[in-house]
Amino acid sequence: MTTNIVPLVLIGGLTSAGVYLLLERNLTRMLLGLLLIGNAVNLLIIVAGGPSGNPPIRGRTSDGQEVTADPLAQAMILTAIVITMGVAAFVLAMAYRSYRLTTEEEVGPDPEDARVSEMAATDEVTLGADRPRTEMPRDTDLPDELDAIPGFEGSK
Amino acid sequence: MTLAAALTPLPVLVPTLAGAATLFAGRRPRLQRVIALAALSIVVVVCAMLLRLADRDGTLVLNVGGWGQTESGMGPLGITLVVDRLSALMLVVSSIVLLAVALYAIGQGIRDGDDRQPVSIFLPTYLVLSAGVCMAFLAGDLFNLFVGFEVLLSASFVLLTIGASKDRVRAGISYVMVSMVSSLIFLFGIALVYAATGTLNLAALALRLDHLEPGTRSALFAVLMVAFGIKAAVFPLSAWLPDSYPTAPAPVTAVFAGLLTKVGVYAIIRAHSLLFPDGGLDSVLMIAALLTMLVGILGAIAQSDIKRLLSFTLVSHIGYMVFGVAVSNQTGMSGTIYYVAHHILVQTTLFLVVGLIERQAGASTLQRLGGLAAASPLLAFVFVVPALNLGGIPPFSGFIGKVALLQAGAQDGSALAWMLVAGGVVTSLLTLYVVARVWTKAFWRSREDAPEGHLASATPSALLEEPEDIQFVDRDHVGPMPAGMLVPTGALIVVGLALTVLAGPIFGYSERAAAEVLERGQYITAVVGPQ
Repeated sequence: MTTNIVPLVLIGGLTSAGVYLLLERNLTRMLLGLLLIGNAVNLLIIVAGGPSGNPPIRGRTSDGQEVTADPLAQAMILTAIVITMGVAAFVLAMAYRSYRLTTEEEVGPDPEDARVSEMAATDEVTLGADRPRTEMPRDTDLPDELDAIPGFEGSK
Repeated sequence: MTLAAALTPLPVLVPTLAGAATLFAGRRPRLQRVIALAALSIVVVVCAMLLRLADRDGTLVLNVGGWGQTESGMGPLGITLVVDRLSALMLVVSSIVLLAVALYAIGQGIRDGDDRQPVSIFLPTYLVLSAGVCMAFLAGDLFNLFVGFEVLLSASFVLLTIGASKDRVRAGISYVMVSMVSSLIFLFGIALVYAATGTLNLAALALRLDHLEPGTRSALFAVLMVAFGIKAAVFPLSAWLPDSYPTAPAPVTAVFAGLLTKVGVYAIIRAHSLLFPDGGLDSVLMIAALLTMLVGILGAIAQSDIKRLLSFTLVSHIGYMVFGVAVSNQTGMSGTIYYVAHHILVQTTLFLVVGLIERQAGASTLQRLGGLAAASPLLAFVFVVPALNLGGIPPFSGFIGKVALLQAGAQDGSALAWMLVAGGVVTSLLTLYVVARVWTKAFWRSREDAPEGHLASATPSALLEEPEDIQFVDRDHVGPMPAGMLVPTGALIVVGLALTVLAGPIFGYSERAAAEVLERGQYITAVVGPQ
């Protein structure tokens, strides 16, 4: 199939802007990035659907066109738009919730992940981290003979 | 209308309708539970019947709406639902897991929940998730597969962030973003495939893609593989999984770990065998499989939280399935199909057991746990059976699946395949090491020896966020494990053991399924008609 270069350039531009925004830590920008990529993909489906033509309804013509436009591409885009909109609403709700909880809009690192890598960085081997603590012997002034008595906590 | 045509849409329809009904019954928790359990039980029965029919009569096809065939003879118009042996097996295992986890969540909610728990949104969302999983397995065209993915993902977003605490929102954001990127890449792939072939029906695509140039075909395959690879958590696209799964409540993590990644694996199997049988990416897939196995299991060794540790073993074992797909001979494919069934069951069971550990001991991290074997021998038993199964100890099903995959690698005989065989053995041993470490720390040593053993969470929690930490000695006695949680866990263990006891017939079935998947002709003829 042949296609026009203008939509292709537009698709490329939208996708790259979307990827750039998605790599931010700011939630609103990430959402905008997602929406941009979503629009780029929708545009790609339109392009993939072939040239324009009559509406895909029996007996309707438009502008004296010979062929009928591909209805499947349009149906797919409608589905994709609905899905993206639903998810966008969910992300907005989550961004608001995150803002309420942390008063910032940035996505934080995973604390458990950070803890594990911190352990590795301080050379405290993770396997040893949950090793039992060794009991330090307690030194008292009491005579050592008393240690033999069961239940007596002397210097041991 | 035949019986098969009547049954095929039910695994999607019944949970969807039940989801709507439970939403209306939001103020009546008991009615909600009855509807949800009835719907999921119906799905189990329907899926079992579909498996029987698909095994006896061959591939079942339902053209929804009955719009007839396309003029060009390239498949039916409209949505097609297809059940072959592979999707029937996936449906049966998934529906069993979905029912068991629903029972567990309800049991947990009744025993440990307060008046706000289980939150009224849980069961409707869970049913929508079930419908999405079944839809993905039934889909006969790429776009319907995409919609199935989206349905289950949207439901999983809600389940993962249930209660919307700080941790869950943070985990949820990265999960939502990664999932949506993978979905958009999938949609990108769909648009490219549509531009190249003019159809999205899987059977028609199988015919048309053969006529494309090899370069174009590999490019299309690669785009779809990236999308499915993110969903299935194949290295290097797996980093999102251990960061997002462990913060969710135990039953949610269990069902995610069991099913969501396997839907991705199922999509990889379909794309690799039906659409792109000579896609030219087998060596890339083999390397990805090797790295997934090794990086995943090495990550698991470093963890001290059991949920995170199991998430890493989950990633690691996805490598085995990709291994079988990449080798792609008869033994490899049947090994993969058997292994997927085994892994869904065993991974779900282990996460449910962690939920029990959390409830009984007030912690899920090895820093705090100890002395569980003495405190509850029954808990030790329900942990050790699936743990050894995961580690691949004979005679459990994990061993049988791994042996089949290793045989497939040996049959393939290439240097890369032998490296995979070696990697598979090492991963299996390291898995055993990881579960043995959990066993010695959490079950054998006494709790005083744990560095933070004196701390525990105050009360058992159901779906909402865990309560404050208190001193372990001050923790109220939580009582024995509730039957509502123990029985579903035990049932899944029994089903997992059935894979061993009935290994002959089940492996025979997966061999027939693999032959059907690799041969493709039956699937294509059933949908498009004889060529």
